[in-house]
Amino acid sequence: MTEIETPREAPSVNIGDVSLENVAERQRPSASPEVRDAVFQVKDVTVSYSGNPALTGVSLDIYRNYVTAFIGPSGCGKSTFIRCFNHMNALIPGATIDGTIMYHDQDLYGPEVDAVEVRKRIGMVFQKPNPFPKTIYDNIAFGPRVLGMTDNLAQRVESALQQAALWDEVKDRLKSSALSLSGGQQQRLCIARCLAVEPDVILMDEPASALDPIATTRIEDLMHELKKNYTIVVVTHNMQQAARVADMTAFFSVNQGAEGQRTGILVEYDATPKIFTQPSDKRTEDYVTGRFG
Amino acid sequence: MSAVQGDIRGGGRRQGELQGRLFSAFLLLSMGVGLVTLGTLIVKVILDGVRLVDPVLLTDSPSADPAFAGAGPAILATIYMGLLLIAFTVPIGVGTAVYLEEYADRNRWYNRALEVNIQNLAAVPSIVYGILGLAFLVRGLGLGRVLLAGAMILTLLVLPTVIIAAREAIRAVPGSIRQGAYALGATRWQVVWRQVLPAATPGIATGSILAVSRAIGETAPLLLVGALTYVAFNPTLLGDFTALPVQIYQWTSRSQAEFRELAAAAIIVLLAILLTLNAFAIWLRNRYGRKW
Repeated sequence: MTEIETPREAPSVNIGDVSLENVAERQRPSASPEVRDAVFQVKDVTVSYSGNPALTGVSLDIYRNYVTAFIGPSGCGKSTFIRCFNHMNALIPGATIDGTIMYHDQDLYGPEVDAVEVRKRIGMVFQKPNPFPKTIYDNIAFGPRVLGMTDNLAQRVESALQQAALWDEVKDRLKSSALSLSGGQQQRLCIARCLAVEPDVILMDEPASALDPIATTRIEDLMHELKKNYTIVVVTHNMQQAARVADMTAFFSVNQGAEGQRTGILVEYDATPKIFTQPSDKRTEDYVTGRFG
Repeated sequence: MSAVQGDIRGGGRRQGELQGRLFSAFLLLSMGVGLVTLGTLIVKVILDGVRLVDPVLLTDSPSADPAFAGAGPAILATIYMGLLLIAFTVPIGVGTAVYLEEYADRNRWYNRALEVNIQNLAAVPSIVYGILGLAFLVRGLGLGRVLLAGAMILTLLVLPTVIIAAREAIRAVPGSIRQGAYALGATRWQVVWRQVLPAATPGIATGSILAVSRAIGETAPLLLVGALTYVAFNPTLLGDFTALPVQIYQWTSRSQAEFRELAAAAIIVLLAILLTLNAFAIWLRNRYGRKW
């Protein structure tokens, strides 16, 4: 079992709150990548299912305390890609991954890496809220319990619920079933569940696509709040959402091969305002202006 | 009234209307045949035997004199066998189901062979299990004609049913629950033990109880592994035994009418045990049924 060191101290370069308007000027990773810590460095990653590539040749860096959004049409492999970061693809029989992903300078797919250690540091929130059929308290406590972090469990549960802005709504009914919550509350519960194990990174796979607009807004506000302490990667179908929450945006698209096979590719990766206002690639422009996809 | 307004009243002569009615009538008839047959049987049995359901029947031993004959040892043996069955089938059945659903790699030929085999075993006639029990348990292992051998052979008989029911229950647990648990850093053991099995427990319990209630109504395999028809003492694990269905079978074949009445009374007792078990299964299902 390999111990992946998670640096707990504050990032070496703290640029404070990054607002959408000035992120382009202040932080252009292509111009000065050394300024900001890269949590993940992805080099030429290809994911295949039973030998058929679903996503090919992706290289990008994911920066600390940023929200990074993956956008693109259906089938472009963005969900496949996000699941590489916490070894979730390993649960799918026949899935293989080539290339390298460095996580804080350690090879995420190195020979001695333990998926459990990885998932402890890199949490995930899914598209459809998936609370366990247990009480609210037991949902949050599940992660700490399986990882043996049971000191001050009640305190840990409360703190996770507070960070997910759910504590006030559920503090009087921690012992009732999580399934009695509304969809939006369930999704915030899933976020709290993930925070309870003190991750470094939170992966969100279309976290608001099953929610109504008000619940969606609350999730987006939460992402703004959480990025102060966590690094967030989010897959979204909703371009406005990416524009609202993300510091960096990666646009993926589908490449039609000679024999008709469809594989996902990374088209463009840049600061969010740049992607939405002056994309360098014609395909990105067509997508963000609604001419395609 | 314009023609457009008139259009929505089709006049009841749609194509397929007649077929639809005939089909409903057929469905009603099928249900009626089942219910009436069952109802007649139960009413007949109750009329014949209810007079004899008394402490003598419930506690006394069989006797050549119908006035003093009871099914005490048989009732006790049936209860013992039910308990042994649960103790044997639930761990083995649930273990097999967990292996097949959560651990087995479907691409391996032996796992697929195992699956087909279990499906087929569920369809093997119970008498065949009786023969197996006689040859393998009673003679091969030298267990003799004892209660334990009877319980073991009934275990083999219902194991495929329990496995299939447990697999259904495990499969009904949504994949998103497993994914959520894995994503929090749980190991496969923790996912199975703390999420999948608790969520599947109502389904597993219901399936197991129904399987056990089927098994304790079985007669043929018990006759082959040597259930005796006259046992005057309470059963022990490694002693001679009888069972309620065997006792009923024996009484119905006696010439005196009184014994047939006794058989009806014993059937009422057996039905009461089975209905209690089934009612418990239904209660479990409703109380802890699927929540998502």
